[in-house]
Amino acid sequence: MSTRSEPRAPAALELIGVRKHFGDVQAVRGIDLRIEPGEIVAFLGPNGAGKTTTIDMMLGLSVPSAGTIHVYGLDPLDAVRQGLVSAVMQSGGLLKDLTVAETVAYTAHLFVSARPVEEVIERAGISSIADRLVAKCSGGEQQRLRFAMALLPDPDLLLLDEPTQGMDVEGRRAFWRAIRHDAEAGRTIVFATHYLDEADAYADRVVLIRQGEIVADGSAAEVKALASGRSVRATLIDANEAALRALPGVEHVEVHANNIMLHCGDSDAVARYLLTETDAKDIEITARALEDAFVALTSAQRSTQDSALHSDEVLR
Amino acid sequence: MSSAPTVVTSTRDFPRFGGFKPAIVRLEIRRQLRNRRTVFFTVAFPVFFFLIFGLNNAYASDRIGRGNQSAFIMISMALYGAVLATSNGGATVSVERLSGWSRQLRITPLQPSAYIAIKMATSLVFGLVAILSVYIAAALTHKPSMPLGLWFATGATIWIGSLLFAAFGLFIGYLLPSENVMQLIGFALMLFSFGGGLFIPLSQFSHPLRVLATYTPLYGLNQLVHYPLVQGAFNWSWILNLVSWLIIFTVGATWRFRKDTARV
Repeated sequence: MSTRSEPRAPAALELIGVRKHFGDVQAVRGIDLRIEPGEIVAFLGPNGAGKTTTIDMMLGLSVPSAGTIHVYGLDPLDAVRQGLVSAVMQSGGLLKDLTVAETVAYTAHLFVSARPVEEVIERAGISSIADRLVAKCSGGEQQRLRFAMALLPDPDLLLLDEPTQGMDVEGRRAFWRAIRHDAEAGRTIVFATHYLDEADAYADRVVLIRQGEIVADGSAAEVKALASGRSVRATLIDANEAALRALPGVEHVEVHANNIMLHCGDSDAVARYLLTETDAKDIEITARALEDAFVALTSAQRSTQDSALHSDEVLR
Repeated sequence: MSSAPTVVTSTRDFPRFGGFKPAIVRLEIRRQLRNRRTVFFTVAFPVFFFLIFGLNNAYASDRIGRGNQSAFIMISMALYGAVLATSNGGATVSVERLSGWSRQLRITPLQPSAYIAIKMATSLVFGLVAILSVYIAAALTHKPSMPLGLWFATGATIWIGSLLFAAFGLFIGYLLPSENVMQLIGFALMLFSFGGGLFIPLSQFSHPLRVLATYTPLYGLNQLVHYPLVQGAFNWSWILNLVSWLIIFTVGATWRFRKDTARV
């Protein structure tokens, strides 16, 4: 915590005890988060986790039921009005009967000082479609247009809400290329996504959110560590569960009739044991995808298997 | 541009006039011009009506007040065109809400009141175009006759009065989030125009209908815009009608607008 003798620069984004409920529905159940200037943070969670609700509050589009939000030390509405923060929203928000360049020009006029229209169009990689009507742009092109609009005030903080939702692979790649290129200037970027690979590839820090709460917060590498290890399946009659459990790196063992399933850090050792010491057949080794860690951490009901991830210990 | 993240925020300013700029009005105009149907209805329709009703030799040259019947009908049709244009202008908020554009604008410095001002200004431009179209087309026929000053006086009264219907359009636009709101407005304005006596003199209505008509939104305005031409007794009920509807539309639009922009 900051002290009076040592003043701290304001965080790019600071949420303290933020809650939001709609009637009886608790969308956000108490989020504390501090994001420093220059960080690239992924807000990772399944649909309905409260990501969009939280981003709306960061932008001043809605007010928290409890708690406070500051953007560079300011109320979100003031930060928006000063162009300190801008956002790429999930969908909509464009006029079909304007061209790409006109849409950017329109938005540019709304700010006190905006980057030149041609420059942001160039940076968003949509120069070739500048004269196209928005109605005739693909989803990916429209999203890059939203990105161009968000760049206009040269914001210190850029929020992206599920920016690649519904884009094809090439569209996603082109979009992230543009974002990444831009981020080199040192902008703070916070993006919501439910694509794990995006969080992994583009964020320095991953905040996992589930049912309106932060369930894990750490570097992308730390999150990846959660997903390390492999699953080993085999057919084995009369398995010695205790012996399996004692193998190096084994985290979890399930025995159902003649089938066994293990989660382990060292699948080679397990396989060697199964093949040399037991009558195990049909051995199958699968890498545990990042997806599994994500599902484990964000699924509503945690099973015993999930607790093996020790999420809270690994990530703070 | 420094590569270090900025923490000093005091260098950034709030926009003047809440973000209202003539350049934005120009873009709005260009946008609406792309909608050929709107242009057709607000310009071609009223001119067409004038050519049908305003040139009839049976009555066009009959004297009325300080001019003739043709001038009277020209004023009616210009009013019709102007209120069509301003209503449509206001109602564009409906499409903008539907598309999420109004939400997008909320993450810019644009203030909601400045947005309304942009809509009003754009509406006024199209209202003026509608009035000029009818007046110029009518002038070219050499049928309407009234003192030159009255062309300006009546034109200006129509123009200012048409703002009432920008409020009407905004109200309906915020009330009904639908792509079809324009059709609905076209229909409503047709009814209002009959009620206001723009198409058929109210004297030709049956008594109960005539009484009912005096409560419709175009009645007071129609009487007022013709007053410089017709002269005669001034009736304060026209002003009462106009002000009442102005309050209804403005309160209605403000109410829906507040609801729309409320942060919940």
